[in-house]
Amino acid sequence: MNLTPEDITAIWLSLKIALTATALALPFGFAAAWVIVFMPFKGKVVLEVLINLPLTLPPVVIGYFLLLLLGKNGWPGKLLAASGVSLIFTWKAAVIASAAVGFPLLVRSIRLGMESIDKQLIEASRSLGASWYDALLTIIAPLSLKGILAGSSLMFARSLGEFGATIIVAGNIPGITQTIPLAIYDYASSPSSGTMALSLCLVSVIISVAVLSLHEILGSQLDRKSRL
Amino acid sequence: MKLHIEAEKKTGAFSLKVNADISGNRIGIFGDSGSGKSTIVHLVSGMLQPDIGEIFLDGECLFSSRQGINLAPEKRRIALVFQHAMLFPHLSVKTNLLYGYNRCRAENKRIRPDALIDLLKLQPLMERGVQNLSGGEKQRVALGRAVLANPRLLLMDEPLAGLDDTLRFQIIPYLNCVGEEFKIPYLFISHSLTEMQLMTDRVLVVNKGQIAEETTPEELARSRMAQSQNGYLNFLRLADPLVQNGLFAYRWGDNTLLISDGKNNTQSLFELSSRDIILFKNHPEAISARNLLVCTVKEMFNSGGRIGIVLSIQGKILVAEIVHAAADELNITTGSNLFAAIKASSFRRLD
Repeated sequence: MNLTPEDITAIWLSLKIALTATALALPFGFAAAWVIVFMPFKGKVVLEVLINLPLTLPPVVIGYFLLLLLGKNGWPGKLLAASGVSLIFTWKAAVIASAAVGFPLLVRSIRLGMESIDKQLIEASRSLGASWYDALLTIIAPLSLKGILAGSSLMFARSLGEFGATIIVAGNIPGITQTIPLAIYDYASSPSSGTMALSLCLVSVIISVAVLSLHEILGSQLDRKSRL
Repeated sequence: MKLHIEAEKKTGAFSLKVNADISGNRIGIFGDSGSGKSTIVHLVSGMLQPDIGEIFLDGECLFSSRQGINLAPEKRRIALVFQHAMLFPHLSVKTNLLYGYNRCRAENKRIRPDALIDLLKLQPLMERGVQNLSGGEKQRVALGRAVLANPRLLLMDEPLAGLDDTLRFQIIPYLNCVGEEFKIPYLFISHSLTEMQLMTDRVLVVNKGQIAEETTPEELARSRMAQSQNGYLNFLRLADPLVQNGLFAYRWGDNTLLISDGKNNTQSLFELSSRDIILFKNHPEAISARNLLVCTVKEMFNSGGRIGIVLSIQGKILVAEIVHAAADELNITTGSNLFAAIKASSFRRLD
């Protein structure tokens, strides 16, 4: 395998962005799933469509919307600029792009986990003196752990592969915002760098296999624990 | 315990409208599935809110649409026992048991864990995961968990419906002793007449979302004698039999009952259908039935075209069932003396 220092940076950056995006999205994903599963309210369909929209929209479109929002003319962008923060074309913009694209996957998995919890378990905990947030922490969260784990690894893996939205809001600046897919794109555009592209592809495969294996191992450990 | 419930609730096509003042400690709520029993449980426990109405428990307002009061479920101190044990699968037996106890305010902690663990014989299960318990063990832990929350009212929503007959009758003594030992009033929800007879003192009959009748389990069993598959069921708790010619001889008041399916060195609960008692006007010379009891007619009642005969047998009571023609032929009136024949195999041992 032949990796240049820029490639190594791209690998680290990819991991950093994917990890940050997942960690950042997790509390919101958990809250969104909880609202969808346990809160009865009208217009739930609208919320579900909004959350799932990034799953069906082309990532480039999401990137473009983010650019409009976070750029100089969007109101969040203006707000950030006023406090001296500029996100566009930084690794933080890549984090936001990854978080937006991976969010529906995260919510979907956590939601599946939560939907499999028998409502009577929550009724039992409430009748035994647990307030709603006590039940959330002691019953709902531990019982949806598998869903949280599945959602997080899916989202992490999806973030590693994020391309369309990232290239629009974060650009493709080597050493600053260039992640593995963007570096592969660069290599693939020049005919002489075939082997370099292949090396990074290999790294991608290794990371993906590692993430999925970790997910499987943790999942089966959880199963074993709950059987004891 | 005094429960006042006056509530209306519509869910989909079903509508419930109840108005009842319930007092007592062993209250049954009886009805077919879909009659609205479980909705009542949900309204009282706070999992559902009535559309309109009010609920008071021992003078405290739990819900009032007029005053805008809706006490959160965790503040009502009403514990639930479900059909399926609903133990928290990620927690051990011990943590399950203490879940409510640990959330109970110090001044309300009347029942101590060790006393309960002893009573329900839970010690051997304590360190186990809940997945490795049998159905009966799970339900015992669920009962313990609810009791340890030191509730002022226990709602048992068909707690025995998920168990087979043998287990069911093994759990009933535990349910009973929890009530006796710890004095926790309960509402016992079930569609089983037998469970009403064994578990309750007063019964509310729920039908089509309304309380159709308020009665005693005895009256309920009598009124349903003709339509029920097994007639009226007499329950006898008998102990320490002697074995005679392959039959178990139990003392029952001043009489001895011979029973095929007895059990040595223990107390057993037997069920005897009103239809398995044959009445004779005069002493039959020789019969195959192993039990022949001298009895007096204490009372007679009508139940859907059949006649129930309440027999007094030296202070003990049995209910027999006959048709009108038989009553005429035997010329039975209150005070008549009769002979009751019961086969040894007619007694069904329940636990």
